[in-house]
Amino acid sequence: MRNYFAIVCKELYGFFVSPIAYAVLGVFFAVSGYFFFGITTSLIERVQQMGFQSQQFGSAPPPVDVFSAIMSSFFSVISTIFLLLMPLITMGVFAEEKKRGTVELLFTSPLTHLQLILGKFTAVMVFLLVMLVPTILNLCLLYFYSDPLPPLSPVLNGFLGAFLLGGSLLSLGIFASSLTESQIVAGILSFGFFIILWVVDWMAGTGSTLANEVLRYLSIMNHYEDFTRGVLDTSHVFFYLSLIFIGLFLTSVSLNSPKWRS
Amino acid sequence: MIEVEHLTKRYGLLAAIEDVSFQVRQGEILGFLGPNGAGKTTTMRILAGFFPATEGRAVVAGYDVFEHPLEAKSRVGYLPESPPLYTEMTVDSYLRFVATIKGVAGAETPDRMEIVKDRCGLAGQGERLIKHLSKGYRQRVGLAQALIHDPDVLILDEPTIGLDPRQIIEFRELIGSLRGEHTIILSTHILPEVSMTCDRVIIISRGRIVAVDSPRNLTSRMQGGEQIDLTVGGDGSRVNELLGGLPHVTRVAVEEAGNGLSSVLVEADGQAEVRHAVARQVIRGGLDLYELKVRSVSLEDVFVELTTEEETSEGTFREGEDPDREGEAAS
Ligand SMILES: Nc1ncnc2c1ncn2[C@@H]1O[C@H](COP(=O)(O)OP(=O)(O)O)[C@@H](O)[C@H]1O
Ligand SMILES: [Mg+2]
Repeated sequence: MRNYFAIVCKELYGFFVSPIAYAVLGVFFAVSGYFFFGITTSLIERVQQMGFQSQQFGSAPPPVDVFSAIMSSFFSVISTIFLLLMPLITMGVFAEEKKRGTVELLFTSPLTHLQLILGKFTAVMVFLLVMLVPTILNLCLLYFYSDPLPPLSPVLNGFLGAFLLGGSLLSLGIFASSLTESQIVAGILSFGFFIILWVVDWMAGTGSTLANEVLRYLSIMNHYEDFTRGVLDTSHVFFYLSLIFIGLFLTSVSLNSPKWRS
Repeated sequence: MIEVEHLTKRYGLLAAIEDVSFQVRQGEILGFLGPNGAGKTTTMRILAGFFPATEGRAVVAGYDVFEHPLEAKSRVGYLPESPPLYTEMTVDSYLRFVATIKGVAGAETPDRMEIVKDRCGLAGQGERLIKHLSKGYRQRVGLAQALIHDPDVLILDEPTIGLDPRQIIEFRELIGSLRGEHTIILSTHILPEVSMTCDRVIIISRGRIVAVDSPRNLTSRMQGGEQIDLTVGGDGSRVNELLGGLPHVTRVAVEEAGNGLSSVLVEADGQAEVRHAVARQVIRGGLDLYELKVRSVSLEDVFVELTTEEETSEGTFREGEDPDREGEAAS
């Protein structure tokens, strides 16, 4: 347990002094804030227009759930930003240790691979939280101006979805980082993994053959949509948890391979 | 303290080390000497538990490094060829991290940190960022890291490489000051280093052990007899007749050295002391004795001899070996 916490702290300290981490945070806040503003204002404009139109025709304005619409667009945008930014967070996780030779310290210390991998994964998950938590501010704004108060469940589901999706991407990214000693190569590999998992359902035909079903099931974004709509479906949670497990498991396989330590 | 039996490590077809066996007693400083690419780093990494051997057994501080890796690792301090530093950390935070993962109890950590910093000449450097330290100081941090958990066994891979001459001397003294407290294995391709610090030397070449002995014994073993250098004044032509008949003397060679002096090389079979007989004979013969000195074969000669012998007797390259790799191994 001490070893695990030591790794978590060391990794977090690494983020704390890393220009990459600050750049990722800065870009994420700027872009997500910008999109939040854009989504909100454009939706409100549309609703107002619809209000005018229905007044002209003398009918009652159609009921629009502005809040849910904002939530779902906002969390979709976040998922796209994640695809682009997560590789930057994980690319150095093992590659840098290898490049600097600090693996020699880690692997000759009485540490288990489990402690090492979970420690590193926990640290990037904490970083993910640091990214996500400030976006709550955006939502607070919405709550402040909404009347009546919108329900909380779409927000919670959205965050849970973002957290799980982020976790899966981070776990796969850590695996990519364990495959090479070059951060850049690790980053490119993670992009590759993500893009494949993103578009894998495009390859699925229209029929409902087993292969098509599998391809559709593997698509990471399909499982995300329900979260953005405020629906909690445990099968999606299960999907992401499995993905996280697979990523970490593959990392441990990769660390155990004799090729790795030369 | 360390027992290595029939250790072999292969990278594909290339055997980095082959059938390496040796023992190190408690408190001993063992020098691991060999040219670049000989397999020093490979052996040390196996002992430190970094990777497993292809074949063979290694027991360190009473634990088999493959069967009980955690127990063995917690008793070994390892300084790799390039010190494994997190350069963005301060010396203190780095040592604290290493102490934790090496299993030093939380309450003891501050004391251990002070002790190793004192030991390694890092007192007062605790707050400095490692990236701001010079190469010599980084090496000290590397050694401090290896000592932090007071390990039974210390493994140092070319600890003086890349240091300037002054730093090398300081670092050797540092290692010497650890004598007796830890069992130390130290690798190097620099010869004087082993004769200065080590109790025993293993010479390794192309992955095989070619000699194991104390630095002194290795030297005299190679001599296969004794060689004595003389400088005499007077009629040099008489030297041969004076000394040639002495018992145990096998050869006498005389050379003009100018200023009426001659330099003489006397070779003896090494069965008995001949220096006093040689000196007496020269004086008795009416010559002046200016200098008499036993020529010692340097470890350097031993090393060259042993490693080249191996090369000529075993053919050029072993199967699957690529000569170009040797340069890479150094980097
Ligand atoms: N990862 C590797 N893959 C293939 N060959 C290697 C690898 N590492 C080392 N070698 C080879 O193993 C031999 C021993 O290397 P090493 O133990 O580093 O020697 P030394 O430390 O004595 O210079 C060299 O011939 C080197 O080329
Ligand atoms: Mg080496």
